[in-house]
Amino acid sequence: MRSIIELHNLTRTFQVKRSTIKAVDDVSLAIQEGEIVCLVGESGCGKTTTGKMIAGALAPSSGAIHYMGQNISALSKTGFKKYRLGVQMIHQDPYASLNPAHTVYDIIAAPLRHHGFTKNEAHTQERVRELLELVDMTPPDDFLEKFPHQLSGGQRQRVSIARALTVSPSFIVADEAVSMVDVSIRISLLKTLTRLKEKMGLAVLFITHDLALAKYFAWEGRIGVMYLGRIVELAPARQLVESPQHPYTQVLLSAIPEADPDVTRRKQRIELRSMDVPSLLRLPSGCAFHPRCPKFDGEKCEKVVPQLTMFDDGSAVACHPVQRMRAVETLRATSLPRT
Amino acid sequence: MEPTLTVRNLTIEYAARRGKVQAIRKVSFDVKRGEALALIGESGSGKTTLGLGIVQLLPATARITSGDILYRRQDKTGTPPIEIPALNLKGNSLRQFRWRECAMVFQGALNAFNPVLKIADHFRDTAKAHGSLNGKTLEERGKYLLNLVRLDAERVWKSYPHELSGGMRQRVLIALALLLEPQLIILDEPTTALDILTQRNIMDVLKELRTKLDFSLIFISHDLSLAAELADRVATVYAGKIVETADVQTIFQAPTHPYTIGLINAVPTLTGHKDDLTSIPGSPPDLVEMPTGCKFHPRCPLADERCKTEEPESEFAAGDHWVACWHWQRAREALKSYG
Repeated sequence: MRSIIELHNLTRTFQVKRSTIKAVDDVSLAIQEGEIVCLVGESGCGKTTTGKMIAGALAPSSGAIHYMGQNISALSKTGFKKYRLGVQMIHQDPYASLNPAHTVYDIIAAPLRHHGFTKNEAHTQERVRELLELVDMTPPDDFLEKFPHQLSGGQRQRVSIARALTVSPSFIVADEAVSMVDVSIRISLLKTLTRLKEKMGLAVLFITHDLALAKYFAWEGRIGVMYLGRIVELAPARQLVESPQHPYTQVLLSAIPEADPDVTRRKQRIELRSMDVPSLLRLPSGCAFHPRCPKFDGEKCEKVVPQLTMFDDGSAVACHPVQRMRAVETLRATSLPRT
Repeated sequence: MEPTLTVRNLTIEYAARRGKVQAIRKVSFDVKRGEALALIGESGSGKTTLGLGIVQLLPATARITSGDILYRRQDKTGTPPIEIPALNLKGNSLRQFRWRECAMVFQGALNAFNPVLKIADHFRDTAKAHGSLNGKTLEERGKYLLNLVRLDAERVWKSYPHELSGGMRQRVLIALALLLEPQLIILDEPTTALDILTQRNIMDVLKELRTKLDFSLIFISHDLSLAAELADRVATVYAGKIVETADVQTIFQAPTHPYTIGLINAVPTLTGHKDDLTSIPGSPPDLVEMPTGCKFHPRCPLADERCKTEEPESEFAAGDHWVACWHWQRAREALKSYG
């Protein structure tokens, strides 16, 4: 399996008045064909900015994005068009991402015609119906002439997905795609996305602040936790949730309330060293989490930025104390006498 | 002890171009002394309308067409409670009721501040509008409350709203709500749009406040985990009616209304398995042209002829458990195999 998207030391800065903030800081990540990766984190962590750069909506400040093994900044005109069609984005707000003056038919037909995916009107009509069925909007004829305001939030998101699928993408960036949809409908939307992913071999980058949702959606995939612009932990989804290694991941998991009074009221909360939330304008030195980190371990945490290091079990963590501990474990394991 | 709030047969309608929107239909419930009641519902359920109706802050297009709201103020001296029929209040007495007896923190309240006024002035404004607290006494009380919600009182008192983070502003609003010692506080979506760690902070603050001060709490949300964390009792709201009310344990462990069951099964938890999750098919009804009979029937796997023609009234299930469903007795068993 080859990687479809590779991020190499990706950085994106923004000018805020006279200061520069690093919204995304030195992020490297490889996503395989057909894989699901969830990027989670709180607001300001850089997950949406990362998603936008992958989709080509925002240019990186430094670093490289590779699509199907090629650096996108070195692609030919045709190659670049393939990339822009190959990576599609679904946005958070179902009320803002569809043109209110266009019918569902218009919305889905437009990219089909524009990019020459259909030969004539009859073909377009057939394809629009097919796509609506693919996203479980059946019977399609019930929806063709409707305007966005006549649809529910969940239905609007399905139209957004259908629109994204018109150009036969290989990669979808879904940015908080279910956060503004009713709770009772979220799972059905995600099930549709999963089905489509399986049927069409899509890879999905799912951006969310909801870790429980991430665990569910990325069941067979990976979750990456971001903090102040960097990936601090990256591991298979269930593993990350069941055995989190980075102190920030542990704090997040302990803080999440759960829809079960017995579980949530008995949860052990991990206390942070400080309640102050740092601003991107004044990033702490060394490990950005160190002023709040319950596992703070002295000078190295204050001075040296930890790098994301991969371990044998498929997890990767950017944390000095964790890396130290695992190095010791490896040392112990390798120095055990063979029997 | 008598309940703090008794609502009987409340009906609220909005005038819309297409017709009358029946947002709340003959709703009855009690809020006991010192209890936290969660009103859980999705978009269009009517839960916010219900909250606004209690403090009579509905928009001009809304009309309370029937019902009674009785508020009982318990003075600490052990005398019988003073009864206030809230819907009969007007002008000055209504202004006094609002904030002294019942305070509300609105949805999206992070933008509820006047940007050119310091927090201190917000306190002064509120005190002046609803009560007689002023000068030094007001400042002492204000700072006491700010400390209670875990804020740096000295610093926040002199700050402008834009100098505070979202979580801090939410806590200021809670402190403001407590200013005149109301015995009932209504919070509408208190943790939506806040980050995980900030949400955790707000929840902890609310829990602490409930142990230190004496007030009843109604919180309105779509977030089941908030209810699991904070509520004593939970009422699920659907299409303008309360379809089930029970203590928090029963609602999560042994719900009997198909909507409640569906909702709980639709929320992913960190510890759950992905195969346990389901969605509720369809979407909430059109509030102008509602289905006949039980409004949930188009989405309910147990719906039969009776459900399609007769709307069920709230029935007594056990202890403090009320449910409006013709099939509540067999719902749990029958819905176990759905997924």
